Amino acid sequence: MNHGKTQLRTGLILASVIAGLAVLSLFWTPYDINQMDTLSRMQPPSFRHLFGTDNMGRDVFSRAIVGGRFTLAVALSTVAGCTVISSVLGLLSGYAGGIIDEIIMRIVDAVSSFPGLLIALIIVTVMKQGNYTIVLALCITFVPSFTRIVRTGTLQYKNADFVKSNKVFGDSDVRLLLVHVLPNILPLLLSSIIIGLSNAILAESGMSYLGLGIQPPAPSWGRMLYESQSYIFNAPWCALAPGLMIVVTIVAFNCIGEGIRKRYLA
Amino acid sequence: MRYLIKKIIVLILTMFVISLFTFLAFHIIPGDPARLILGTSASEAKLEALRHQLGTDLPLHRQYMNWIAGFVRGDFGTSIRYSMPVRDLIGGHVAVTVLLGIMVMIMTLIVSIPLGIFAARKRGTITEQVIEAVTMTGISIPGFFLSIIFMWLFGLVLHLFTPGNYVSYKDSPAGFFRFMFFPALSIAVPQIATLTKYVRTSVLGELDKDYVRTARGKGSTMHGILYGHVLRNAIVAVIPLIGMMIGSIFSGSIIVEQVFGVPGIGRLLIASVTGRDFPLTQTLVMYVAFVIVITNFIVDILIQLVDPRIRISG
Repeated sequence: MNHGKTQLRTGLILASVIAGLAVLSLFWTPYDINQMDTLSRMQPPSFRHLFGTDNMGRDVFSRAIVGGRFTLAVALSTVAGCTVISSVLGLLSGYAGGIIDEIIMRIVDAVSSFPGLLIALIIVTVMKQGNYTIVLALCITFVPSFTRIVRTGTLQYKNADFVKSNKVFGDSDVRLLLVHVLPNILPLLLSSIIIGLSNAILAESGMSYLGLGIQPPAPSWGRMLYESQSYIFNAPWCALAPGLMIVVTIVAFNCIGEGIRKRYLA
Repeated sequence: MRYLIKKIIVLILTMFVISLFTFLAFHIIPGDPARLILGTSASEAKLEALRHQLGTDLPLHRQYMNWIAGFVRGDFGTSIRYSMPVRDLIGGHVAVTVLLGIMVMIMTLIVSIPLGIFAARKRGTITEQVIEAVTMTGISIPGFFLSIIFMWLFGLVLHLFTPGNYVSYKDSPAGFFRFMFFPALSIAVPQIATLTKYVRTSVLGELDKDYVRTARGKGSTMHGILYGHVLRNAIVAVIPLIGMMIGSIFSGSIIVEQVFGVPGIGRLLIASVTGRDFPLTQTLVMYVAFVIVITNFIVDILIQLVDPRIRISG
């Protein structure tokens, strides 16, 4: 066993390729993503169109890398927002204890007893659909598990000698938590953050597939899959391209997460 | 016994918080349900009458109480879109989703427990790494992508079933299972991958324990130890995961039902969300959350019965 080294390396390479393509799509795509070409509809993959073209003659490769950018942006904002919210809740819950802890944990329990998709559906139903709503919806889905991790970490460190001694020297509670407790929990949180990214991508593409995530005309992998379904028999590459992009991205993040866990936390 | 009482209190508390969340979530929506039903041209008197009939003119806490009381009696309100009682609407759909869930559960258990044990036995070999790579991919494939692939490959290319041609279990049980096989498989694959990984870790953990060494020392074969001792402990360790799986199987079936056109709870839920049929969405959400919480509760109790070690420490 090489303690996750191969996994970490595979994950990092795949993730950089996907991220690189997403960044590239900001400046350049082989074709305009909305440019229709009635003469070359449903072309199979070739050198001119790497992933072929769809039913309106749009270049699938260009759409896939732009779609990846939207999906990644949603996943990153979700996990970032979720990390901040959960850190506040988890630190508060673990450090304050007592009734505050009890209230926060009961709410966390209740939220986590809903399947993730169900929460996202409620949020999307009661709020206006849009790209911010999907971030908020996914964020709430992931807060419970992150909060539990931060809380456990806080409980572990709040009575540690170095924290106590700094308290004696007059550090405020906020300073203690942010400067001394939180940095110690972050490594623990890191592998959850990476795995969280892959869950966010999975959830986002699911919601976009249902038409409740990223809104057209912006392309997204989930939406592309949905659209390709009606002509899949004639042009299977239109489904395979975004689908495989999703799988590769999730494999990449899962590998990184697992690798970090095996290498540094085991 | 004390444990059981504590568990029941937590269960009731969780159900209360869930119902409160669901209720509040659907009551912060701007807009008047009465106007939604009657349309914008309705007269004020008619609106007032309907509001009174729906109970939306009452203060919020009274509305909540009425709603809960209705839920307990089995009166789930009326769907705006279908103009029929929600209870009659969900009945048939529930059976389809439950059958689908059971199929997924059976597939998952019969594949992943043997596969997990097999992976553990092959520790440190190429076979183990292959299984690890395959499970990693399995975890990473979204169920709906798998559904689309299955529909294309098995439905359109190999003609093993007719996509979109759902067969009711009332008409032909065999046809129903034939149609449901691929939706179930699409939901099951990620579950199988997750559970296989878990069983493998759990078996490996057991193999390092003292009792295995003792049995080895007394001359038992590895085979005998694995199936006589390790397997039982490993399976007990898997039971808590089953509770968690129910939630994710349901999440999976929401989307997969949509892909295959299976008329289950998931499809009804999405239809209610896109059709902004709030009473229906609200009821379905509560219903599903309750089913999941209660199943988890039962699983927790089951673990107590199966594994005496937890009973003592709990």
